Amino acid sequence: MEQQILAAAASGRTLLPGFADPVDDAQSTFRAALDALAHPGRVYEILAGSGVPAGLSPAMTALLLTLVDVDTPLWLPESAGADALAFLRFHCGCPIVPSPSLARFAAVPAGCAAPALSSCHQGDPAYPDQSTTLLIEVESLDAGPQAVLSGPGIQARQTLAAAGLPDGFWREWRINHQRFPLGVDVFLTQDRRICGLPRSTRLEN
Amino acid sequence: MTTQHATVERDDHYNFAYLDESTKRMLRRALLKAVAIPGYQVPFGSREMPLPYGWGTGGIQVTASIIGRGDVLKVIDQGSDDTTNAINIRRFFGRVTGVATTESTPAATIVQTRHRIPETPLAAGQIMVFQVPIPEPLRWLEPSETETRTMHALAEYGGMHVKLYEDIAQHGHIATTYDYPVIVNDRYMMRPSPIPKFDNPKLDGSPALMLFGAGREKRVYAVPPYTRVKSLDFEDHPFRVETWTECCDLCGSRESYLDEIILDDAGTRRYVCSDTEYCNDRQAQQRAGGIPDEAAA
Amino acid sequence: MYVAVKGGERAILNSYRMLDDYRRGDRGVPELGLDQIREQMPLAVSRVMAEGSLYDPQLAALALKQAAGDVIEAVFLLRAYRTTLSRYGYTQPIDTGRMRLQRRISSTFKDIPGGQILGPTYDYTQRLLDFSLLAQREADALPAGEEALDSAMSRVTDLLAQDDLIDAEPVPEGDPEPFDLTRQPLDFPASRAARLQNLARADEGFLLSMGYSTQRGYGNTHPFAAEIRYGALEVEMHIEELGFAVTVGEIEVTECQMVSQFAGSAEEGPKFTRGYGLTFGYGERKSMSMALVDRALKAGDLGERADSPANDHEFVLYHSDNVEASGFVQHLKLPHYVDFQANLELLRRMRAERGEPEAAQNELMDEAVSP
Repeated sequence: MEQQILAAAASGRTLLPGFADPVDDAQSTFRAALDALAHPGRVYEILAGSGVPAGLSPAMTALLLTLVDVDTPLWLPESAGADALAFLRFHCGCPIVPSPSLARFAAVPAGCAAPALSSCHQGDPAYPDQSTTLLIEVESLDAGPQAVLSGPGIQARQTLAAAGLPDGFWREWRINHQRFPLGVDVFLTQDRRICGLPRSTRLEN
Repeated sequence: MTTQHATVERDDHYNFAYLDESTKRMLRRALLKAVAIPGYQVPFGSREMPLPYGWGTGGIQVTASIIGRGDVLKVIDQGSDDTTNAINIRRFFGRVTGVATTESTPAATIVQTRHRIPETPLAAGQIMVFQVPIPEPLRWLEPSETETRTMHALAEYGGMHVKLYEDIAQHGHIATTYDYPVIVNDRYMMRPSPIPKFDNPKLDGSPALMLFGAGREKRVYAVPPYTRVKSLDFEDHPFRVETWTECCDLCGSRESYLDEIILDDAGTRRYVCSDTEYCNDRQAQQRAGGIPDEAAA
Repeated sequence: MYVAVKGGERAILNSYRMLDDYRRGDRGVPELGLDQIREQMPLAVSRVMAEGSLYDPQLAALALKQAAGDVIEAVFLLRAYRTTLSRYGYTQPIDTGRMRLQRRISSTFKDIPGGQILGPTYDYTQRLLDFSLLAQREADALPAGEEALDSAMSRVTDLLAQDDLIDAEPVPEGDPEPFDLTRQPLDFPASRAARLQNLARADEGFLLSMGYSTQRGYGNTHPFAAEIRYGALEVEMHIEELGFAVTVGEIEVTECQMVSQFAGSAEEGPKFTRGYGLTFGYGERKSMSMALVDRALKAGDLGERADSPANDHEFVLYHSDNVEASGFVQHLKLPHYVDFQANLELLRRMRAERGEPEAAQNELMDEAVSP
């Protein structure tokens, strides 16, 4: 660990801190993520504070600090930037993989191209839980075109108005949902806010 | 009026909620996947806990990975807050979290339970954590885990329907009265843990999040809020819950699950609510002049 | 009128006091010291370390004292403690060929390089109760000036391998990290690494019975004990920052290598096949049983008949852990009256329908649930 600090200092890059309170911040962020998947389409705020490397949002950083570690291969697009990579290597100790199909978590910061949902790990018929969890930074979670959602966690219907989703996202989402129980689970992030889309969610419109 | 417990002294020798952060992360990841695939059993690296396997370590690990300083925890066993195991688990969490505990179902944010769902309906935002001994609904048909994994992958559930129908053919009734298998979200067959079948309807479309933990078998699973949970049955033998001709001897309820108490060697019996908090609450309301006491009538 | 019983909390606190009293026994008798347990019950300490998956004789002695001599309870205590410890990483694999030996025997050859060294063993004692132990008796000191055993004794299995008579133990392709049973749940098909780890911490009694069954026709491996070793060796860990491995401590282990005949297959000629056993401390019965079961679990892969209980991977590996087994068996002591109630009423109803339809005053009926 000391070598990494020295290397970071040598490269002139400041190493930003992780969670201010690792125990409480990870717990509260997790509860937001759990709520988000249990109530798809609803927007939740991340209250925890941490250093945020260039290119990432506070919400995406918090989710990664909470969920990613030495046992979870992570994929990031090349355009994510060296700061983000160094931050995650240091704080999470996660292996970085070259392809989303090998990743437990894939994170797409603002301005980066998201992989097709079908190119992520879909899980195994006997172990569908092994699929990739995809984090996508979007421009807005309430000012975009309205998507009407249904399924587990939703009483009747839930509207999600996300803007800045990858091209063809909802088309891909339909196909992803049809693969249930296989398929990818998605967290949309926007600055400090998150929204969950488990593979069980159906697009109605 | 329900009792708030004096919190047991927090023991600073242990990390908050006992588990180390790496174990919590592993459990949290498993729980997120469980919520994404309702009713499917997610394997996880269960740890030895200070209570024995079989005594609720799965439920404890789930609670330990979700609980925060602001939570209010209720723990019940057989529907009661006062059974020895519920007390033991509540004390454990008091010691390793310092979190407030309660006997009141509406006041709780997390309810950890063994073998009952409270009578008081749960609300949105609440989380039920069930202690599960055997998570696999197909285990009595098929001892091999490799086989049952394949059966779930293919939704090959015919064998369970056959077993239930054989009960009807032989006894005139389905012989399963607790841990009654269900289909979740029209896909996965699930064991709801050994709750009496009386409680199964409470799972269907509940506003609360249901999490299930099996420590010894190393599986977690989940039913998100507002999710369809259908108990197995047949058109000519629809699913039925128990009812009693008696009512609760203490509060007069005709709606709750009743425990049978044997009072003497002659076999004199009384029936009382299994959910002690619900019962105490009704009694308190009656004393205050709220609900009429049917038992006294 | 029935009054609900309360006071569970007080009952529990009272049970703690009574347990403490039971464990301590007659106050006129001196209290057990951990050093006494560690030094004078080393075989119990070894077993607790092996099944507890934690090498620490002092803590194992503490667990035995706290558990009032119940080995499985002591194992549970040690495992639960292990859960709380920080993990630094994995050590280098230990090299049992470099053991500082106290005991080394082989039943496959009359004599072997380095010789047969009996060491401290009960094997050739007469099992006659030694009443001189009723009093305190000083054990005779070992004579001074005994030569240290040559620690570089070659392994019998290596000698067999030189002549290509025994199956190779190839390193899996890519030399992946071994499966860690303390962090991941077992899945099937289980790798050999996962199986061996499961067996290393398995209950000695269970493995003993399973191993015994293979000798009596439930599986047929016809084993020979190629070598059994007991002694001490150093444990090393590679430190990233330093760039080399350092010794972090010394442990005692017992190792057993069994060999069995293998008829051969289309691809391979006949060879001896191995069964491997390894335990913390001095645990010969356990390491031998482990080796028998390890071999029995290979039967399917070797194309042999594999229909006996000891050949059944799930049966053996899912029931070998005494902490799990003890927990679940003993959980039957917990209140189960809600479920029992449900069964009771169904039984009454069914009996009423069969025999006395008019007699039974059914308290409990079924009501259909509206869809």
